[in-house]
Amino acid sequence: MQVTYIQAINQAMHEEMARDENVLILGEDVGILGGAFKATEGLLEKFGSERVVDTPIAESLIVGAGVGLAIQGMRAICEMQFIDFISCGFDQIVNMAATLRYRHGGQASCPIVVRGPCGAGVHGGIYHSQNPEAWFFHIPGLKIVAPATAYDAKGLLKAAIRDDDPVIYLEHKFLYRRIKEEIPEGEFIVPIGKAALRKEGRDMTVITYGSPVHAVMKAAKDMASEVDIEVIDLRTLLPLDWKTIRTSVTKTGKALIVHEARRNGGIGGEIAARIAEELFDFLDGPILRVASRDTHNAFATPLEEYIIPNQERITEAIRKLASY
Amino acid sequence: MTEQKERELYFWLRLVREFEGRVSMLDKQGKIQGGVYSGKGQEAVVVGVCHDLRPDDWIFPLHRDLGAFLLKGADPKRLMAQIFGRREGFAKGKDSFLHGGDFSHCIFGATSMLGSTLPVAVGSAYKFKIRKEDRVAIAFFGEGASSRGDVHEAMNFAGIYKLPVVFVCENNFYAYSTPNELQFAVEDVAVRGPGYGFKGDVCSGNDLHSVMKAAKKAIDRARGGEGPTYLECKTYRYHGHSEHDRATYRSEEELVTWESRDPVERWEVYLEKRKYDVAAIKAETAQRVKKIVDEALAFAEASPWPEGPEAMEDLYAMPIPEE
Repeated sequence: MQVTYIQAINQAMHEEMARDENVLILGEDVGILGGAFKATEGLLEKFGSERVVDTPIAESLIVGAGVGLAIQGMRAICEMQFIDFISCGFDQIVNMAATLRYRHGGQASCPIVVRGPCGAGVHGGIYHSQNPEAWFFHIPGLKIVAPATAYDAKGLLKAAIRDDDPVIYLEHKFLYRRIKEEIPEGEFIVPIGKAALRKEGRDMTVITYGSPVHAVMKAAKDMASEVDIEVIDLRTLLPLDWKTIRTSVTKTGKALIVHEARRNGGIGGEIAARIAEELFDFLDGPILRVASRDTHNAFATPLEEYIIPNQERITEAIRKLASY
Repeated sequence: MTEQKERELYFWLRLVREFEGRVSMLDKQGKIQGGVYSGKGQEAVVVGVCHDLRPDDWIFPLHRDLGAFLLKGADPKRLMAQIFGRREGFAKGKDSFLHGGDFSHCIFGATSMLGSTLPVAVGSAYKFKIRKEDRVAIAFFGEGASSRGDVHEAMNFAGIYKLPVVFVCENNFYAYSTPNELQFAVEDVAVRGPGYGFKGDVCSGNDLHSVMKAAKKAIDRARGGEGPTYLECKTYRYHGHSEHDRATYRSEEELVTWESRDPVERWEVYLEKRKYDVAAIKAETAQRVKKIVDEALAFAEASPWPEGPEAMEDLYAMPIPEE
């Protein structure tokens, strides 16, 4: 079955809501409209307004009510219309949901999914282009996933809904309709916590996730005559699949990290530090990063193109690392 | 009300006061680490709201509602161990009293971002409603927290869906040091209820009869499908915001005025007017509550500290171990 990335997301919610009557969705315009990007299309008609809740514009309520439902045995999908708006629900995520189990000494679980469209490349400007994973990467008690393919989008969302911990699910809006791929008809799950080795290679490891996975794969193909690249698609950001990173970097001796989130304080910094701490003896070159420049997500096309990692910057970094 | 009920209510008022009084004393003796937020003076609110709740109703207490834990059935021993940060506490030492609830008695642990439990209470009430469960959620908050956006977002949602929730505002006139005239431009904050499409009600939080009457109406309304109530209880805390706060921002005269309206003594006066043998009731109750608190303290002191590495436990229900 050929599906787009957003259709995969839509399918995952349809299937999980049909499978488990305790699953419901809360968000702005998720019902009557079917979501600003149509991620929730058809859910209201199929599952009714008690389980597909068009909420007021109130992100803190959306997440907080999700927690309240979770402690009563329900599983709420909390949609942020744009992931940028997650800032308005920040406290409920980091101080309420993430600490719930901990501060109750293990008595409580908090099965909620906070999902929404992240990422740049669609001229969304400052408040419709952000990648907020680093804000939450610092918080124990959370899990963060960021699929790059339609297969993973579906499998990871189903896993997130079934998970008993709060999961932040970052869907990249640039991929919504640009990706179309064959996925199996039947039931499948992509486990949280497992990276995907997208391509084997000997010369260097490129660690990436989300939208840039596709640019990295293109680079690996285009540069195949120059350098043999191994590509890791993290898929889960928290917790990191350190085993996959370690195995690969131990083999190749070189690591490049590519993400669309800003460089300063980004997840790439943590990965680089961990490689430096634990795999220093295996390294044959510096650990490099390609990320968005440290500015806001500007709107005008030349500005946006300047900010986010493009094919050229990825190629340049690969060449630089290959030179060691 | 039967004599038995009236005496039981007195027992609860006394137990809450004795328990909190002991905690304050232990704090002064340096036996408790961390903040202690005494609710002394506000006992009638938690007793009046909680005394008639059912085991499967949920409460969302605030930091000054130690009494609500007791009323809802939490084990005093574990509660004291929780305050001591010991392993037998609800949080197994991971946080102090107010942040760890007791799920076996439907008690939720708050965060320090006061008012943040209201959206959670509302989410729970939404489930009660759609599953047609005959349960209510009681969300406590202070008049200070009434200024927070979470409170607005939660009430607005609860109004739309007519949820079975009671919002109990303990208006004790000070948010730490900030007086009400710097908190809101209204006399009664419950006037906001109708702005969300439900009833606002004000009662005397120092008068158990007044709280019980207003709470019953609100709880009946919630159970009857008539939606939420903004129930404001005017009361006063005798101590500072926490035990280290000397509360110099208010006058001695003001404190004494409120002490003369003491909710526990008021109930004693009521019992006297009912012509019960109050001296005997007082003596018997004092003995009873002292025993409970003594035993709780002995249990807490005997309870072991958690081991350091336990700090890494209970983060995830489904942990993903690193390979």
